[in-house]
Amino acid sequence: MAEIGHFALILALGVAIAQTVLPVIGYLRRDSRWLAIGVSGAQTQFGLIVLAYAALTLAFIYNDFSLKYVEANSHSALPLIYRLSAVWGAHEGSLLLWVLMLTGWGFAVSLSSRRLPADIAALVLATMGSISVGFLLFMLFTSNPFERQFPVPLEGHDLNPLLQDPGLIIHPPTLYMGYVGLSVAFSFAIAALITGKLDVAWARWTRPWTTTAWLFLTMGITLGSWWAYNELGWGGWWFWDPVENASFMPWLVGTALIHSLAVTEKRGVLKSWTVLLAILAFSLSLLGTFLVRSGVLVSVHAFATDPARGVFILAFLTVVLGSALLLYAIRAPKLVSDGAVELMSREGLLLLNNVFLVAAAAAVLIGTLYPLVVDALGIGKISVGPPYFNSIFLPLMMPLAVLVGMSARVGWKQARLRDALWSLRWIALGSVICAVLLPFVLERSWAWMAILGTALAVWVMIGALLDVVHRVRARRDRWQGLRSIPSGTWGMTLAHLGLGFWIFGVTYASLFSVEKDVRLAPGQAAEIGAYTFTFQGTQHSEGVNYRADTGSVIVERNGRLISKLQPEKRLYPSQGSVMTESAVDHNPRRDLYVALGEPIGDQDWALRLYYKPFIRMVWFGGVLMFIGGIFAASDRRYRLARHARAAAASDATAAV
Amino acid sequence: MMRVASLVAALLMSLAVSVSFAAAIDPLPPLSGAQQEHYQQLISQLRCLVCQNQTIADSTAPLALDLREQVHRQIAEGRSDAQIRQYMTDRYGDFVLYKPQLKPRTILLWFGPFVLLALALITAVIFTRRSRRRPVPVAVDQQALQRLLSEEDGR
Repeated sequence: MAEIGHFALILALGVAIAQTVLPVIGYLRRDSRWLAIGVSGAQTQFGLIVLAYAALTLAFIYNDFSLKYVEANSHSALPLIYRLSAVWGAHEGSLLLWVLMLTGWGFAVSLSSRRLPADIAALVLATMGSISVGFLLFMLFTSNPFERQFPVPLEGHDLNPLLQDPGLIIHPPTLYMGYVGLSVAFSFAIAALITGKLDVAWARWTRPWTTTAWLFLTMGITLGSWWAYNELGWGGWWFWDPVENASFMPWLVGTALIHSLAVTEKRGVLKSWTVLLAILAFSLSLLGTFLVRSGVLVSVHAFATDPARGVFILAFLTVVLGSALLLYAIRAPKLVSDGAVELMSREGLLLLNNVFLVAAAAAVLIGTLYPLVVDALGIGKISVGPPYFNSIFLPLMMPLAVLVGMSARVGWKQARLRDALWSLRWIALGSVICAVLLPFVLERSWAWMAILGTALAVWVMIGALLDVVHRVRARRDRWQGLRSIPSGTWGMTLAHLGLGFWIFGVTYASLFSVEKDVRLAPGQAAEIGAYTFTFQGTQHSEGVNYRADTGSVIVERNGRLISKLQPEKRLYPSQGSVMTESAVDHNPRRDLYVALGEPIGDQDWALRLYYKPFIRMVWFGGVLMFIGGIFAASDRRYRLARHARAAAASDATAAV
Repeated sequence: MMRVASLVAALLMSLAVSVSFAAAIDPLPPLSGAQQEHYQQLISQLRCLVCQNQTIADSTAPLALDLREQVHRQIAEGRSDAQIRQYMTDRYGDFVLYKPQLKPRTILLWFGPFVLLALALITAVIFTRRSRRRPVPVAVDQQALQRLLSEEDGR
């Protein structure tokens, strides 16, 4: 079975090469038969990768430890669901997943290719094929998941216990869908550069693909954050770990890209900037893959350390980015935008939004790579961590939040500053009132950071809603007004609301969290604010593939029972590692979080207690952005096969 | 001194024991309110040198425990933030600080993002100024155009 998978990979490489080369020849010769190879190539390649993936999955299901990769990452006692997710639990398998998704996106593009001009479709698929070539070569030469070993071990090493969590089942695939999905936008950008055709229709084709990739990336990051909070037991939701940064950079640039695509579609301007962003967003995805997979960073996520791999990805990254930028340098001057862009207009504000988002991405990039560069130059070793990122990131994000709140009330083409400010008076008033009241009502505090954070959050939220309100009011029949709002507008509203919730959650969770490490004997209690945590002792138990101590903690508020929490400490004997399974009582208002430490003396245990206000808002915001993305990507106008002319005509009716 | 310190750090790194993802929980005797806050803030800014990218607040490694106790003691003794940081960097080099100090070699790190932002803002403003001079697209009356073209052909 494994040999079938291996063979399918080799065949897929052949197909990918054909898919890259032949359509380009077809484009040069203006021969539609050669162009069509892009479509059939993409579909064949997807089929082959599905076959390879199925083969590896079967090897995991049947515990085929003759495969090195299976042996290293599975165990006969591992529950089936984790054996399925262990397929992408380490380097080789996660690359296979990467390629599966890449060819999956290619397959999806090929299905909708009839709506595209033949030459564009062929060039897009050829570009995607070339990326596939790079990754298949990488797998076959440095990271083959189908490598056999002899003698066959009787038992596997087991999956990293850190990864034995429902979070792992969905977090990496979602994130990869996003990473890899940006390759579609990249490929459209390359096709536009080669043909020199970049019009409203191009932006309209590219937008739903980009938004879809973005929504997966958003969800992937949100899930990762939730997973870290839940599983790692550190009580944090974002660590500025290089691997998190690796996913955050493409997200920032991807966010800039979906906004600049909106401008390009509506106004036909910022064309070359949009193309450059598409190139950068995908390059950052590749850079992220390099950082994670090469092991240049020693961090919680990086399991792989093999220089040959790092060098290969770096070379590949250089080739992709280098050739794309070269093409850009040659062809971008041909992408002429007409019409003026006023700073005080919706497109002007979106341009500013792009400036801040890209600057933020650059800050994350600088902070992530700086220690590596300093180390490589031999001028010492430094660490760049959360305190740095927080202090740089905050001043870059605050103006962005101000812009988001403004955007909905500022029209396209040109607006007068005074009119815009006047139309924002209610938002401003609302956020000032909330900013003064909420921190005090909720947390008895007048901390100026809390006031500022609340003001920005409310500003963004009201700004998002006000657009909907105005659209409803514009019609005499309110209900019809509500129904006439295009799904793209709902998407924007939801995503911006999500940003507001996110800002709110981040502000309160980071300013008002209380953390206590306590030593408690059974029967003893500790207090945080109005909450009393009473420790009742621990019990020993055996799990499927681990041993556990389960603590029992009763939480009361003013004598009223709130919850009974059971934090766990697990020992996985197969790898000798200890994991903390924290217990959380949550509601939208606050999380109460208990983690079990070490036993002290005969009966006492060390416990960590947390009170975290509004931390759920952080992920709730992410989920809203995700749902907003779904609305935006499914806007009706993308599904109508209209011509470019019709597209231009509908500008007046549709929103961002 | 610097070199020795970073050498020590590198050595410790290479000796890195198996990573534990258990939470670091150790109940030290309570400090006064402000001191406790200071303690929490400081331990979340110091790197556990033998761990994979963890602060000493998060790590369970023995070294992290040692360092936490060290920080705790020094705060209880009333030493200042700067003094404790100095103590740590003297022993372990700059690597121990998650918030790098402003030095010649970290100038780009601290100012790079803002310089880039300033450049990007200036570029955006110049771009919008220039774009005003671009020809405004004129809606073309297709019928009139066809008529003109056919007249041209007819001539």
